[in-house]
Amino acid sequence: MFALDVQQLAKVYKGGFQALKGVDLQVDEGDFFALLGPNGAGKSTFIGIVSSLVRKTSGRVQVFGQDLDEDPEGVKSSIGLVPQEFNFNLFLPVLEVVLNQAGYYGIPRREAKVRAERSLRQLDLWDRRGTEMRKLSGGLKRRLMIARALVHEPRLLILDEPTAGVDIEIRRSMWSFLRELNAKGTTIILTTHYLEEAESLCRNIAIISEGAIAERTSVAKLLGQLRTETFVLNLKGSVSELPELGGFVLQHLDDCTLEVEMKRDHTINGLFEALSRNGIEVISLRNKQNRLERLFLELVDQRAANLEGRA
Amino acid sequence: MRRRLSDWQRYWVTFETILTKEIMRFSRIWVQTILPSVITTTLYFVIFGRLIGERIGTMDGFAYLDFIVPGLVLMGVITNSYANVVSSFYSSKFSRYIEELLISPAPNWVILAGYVSGGAARGLVVGTAVMLVALLFTEIQIHSALVTLLICIMTAVLFSLGGFINAIYANSFDDISIVPTFVLTPLTYLGGVFYSIALLPDFWQKVSLANPLLYMVNAFRYGLLGVSDIPIGVAFGMIMLFIVVLTAFSLQLLRRGVGVKT
Repeated sequence: MFALDVQQLAKVYKGGFQALKGVDLQVDEGDFFALLGPNGAGKSTFIGIVSSLVRKTSGRVQVFGQDLDEDPEGVKSSIGLVPQEFNFNLFLPVLEVVLNQAGYYGIPRREAKVRAERSLRQLDLWDRRGTEMRKLSGGLKRRLMIARALVHEPRLLILDEPTAGVDIEIRRSMWSFLRELNAKGTTIILTTHYLEEAESLCRNIAIISEGAIAERTSVAKLLGQLRTETFVLNLKGSVSELPELGGFVLQHLDDCTLEVEMKRDHTINGLFEALSRNGIEVISLRNKQNRLERLFLELVDQRAANLEGRA
Repeated sequence: MRRRLSDWQRYWVTFETILTKEIMRFSRIWVQTILPSVITTTLYFVIFGRLIGERIGTMDGFAYLDFIVPGLVLMGVITNSYANVVSSFYSSKFSRYIEELLISPAPNWVILAGYVSGGAARGLVVGTAVMLVALLFTEIQIHSALVTLLICIMTAVLFSLGGFINAIYANSFDDISIVPTFVLTPLTYLGGVFYSIALLPDFWQKVSLANPLLYMVNAFRYGLLGVSDIPIGVAFGMIMLFIVVLTAFSLQLLRRGVGVKT
């Protein structure tokens, strides 16, 4: 069974803007799935329709086999949503926000208290339970949105850019929490602008562009499409003139730092040998974290070019 | 082991959650929500009831102060029921926490019932407070407790529904004050709070009959004093009709997602 099965989903807003143009997408149960796309591609509209915040124009949405039109209550009970924008009553304390959410899902107060404590402890927010929302930092609010979305124990968790604007430490701790959650069986769909996030967390990926799916594959396969790899090298001494190395494209970042783009059929050993021959000594090396980003831009550009060609 | 609840039990929990949240909201800020009406009506009792009222004499056979008590109590119920729902629901739209409810499996009628009951609760609390203030100025023998209570609850429900519809259509905080200022207040004042429509010329008496608030004020006055410009059955029928129409309209708006979904 698919956790999410969307067929021919279309959305035309008032004024005629077509945000989704017949999207077909299936997400397997237990998957950790990334939905990527440039701004205005239709990601938030897609998530809005699945979570009942946006009305669809046409198409079908099924969640764990339940149809959104036929059994909206069943579908809503299975989904937890972490939206992109903060959507709290800022004057309520943390615990009350989570308890109210549990109440909206029909969870009796006594049980809601147990669940709220568990959710808040999982996200390290229990000590802040009495703090008013407006006094929380951005990172804590993001974590609270996850705690709130989990209080009714959804089988499908949808996160719309969950780590936007949070520092690296909180982002890493949220990643580790989401990995654990997924390992326990919760299906997770994530949209993000941090492509490193998708690469690090997700198994499968769909790229949405201009309201349609441009690519739907596994992250591993997508990365396999890369024909080149880019490394950043820190050098022992400064290099003023760059040597010509066959198969490697060198670029200065500063006097002591080089960026090297190499084809996938070349080896790092070969790179080091060629640099040594030219008297360049390397202290350290790191992979430039833009692999998915490059592919993403290629795919989006390709789709835009195709659409232009058709027109 | 977790107990599995029936749909009705879940709906009750959701209703209870919304209602409690609403009551907590207006209780927390009672200085803004309860106190102003109490102070305003106290001033009405002092100025219109005591100072001016004693020169006016009687109205429909009652001292003027006694005559205006039902209207002033109901005015508190009307304005507060309306204000509670319109401001609470619009704030939830403005700050987007209405999404917490929209993504939940709560049916539309439960959401509506929760907000309307919250508004009615504030109306009744203010109505009771105004009544207690009135007892400082005069002694009132309640003619029919049942009619008084029913009219009070029905009026509170009706104006909570009005506040809900206003909040659905509102796009700014200005929009939630237009109806109370330019529609509700004039209709209340012209609805026989301070006078009997028998004092008006024939033409204006007929015009007054088109004012729905006239029926509520008079029915409530009947409950308290036993006098009314309108037959009590007609008043009940009119209020019930308005409640049914506004409930159906509110549910239709929620079903279509007007003002809350794109």
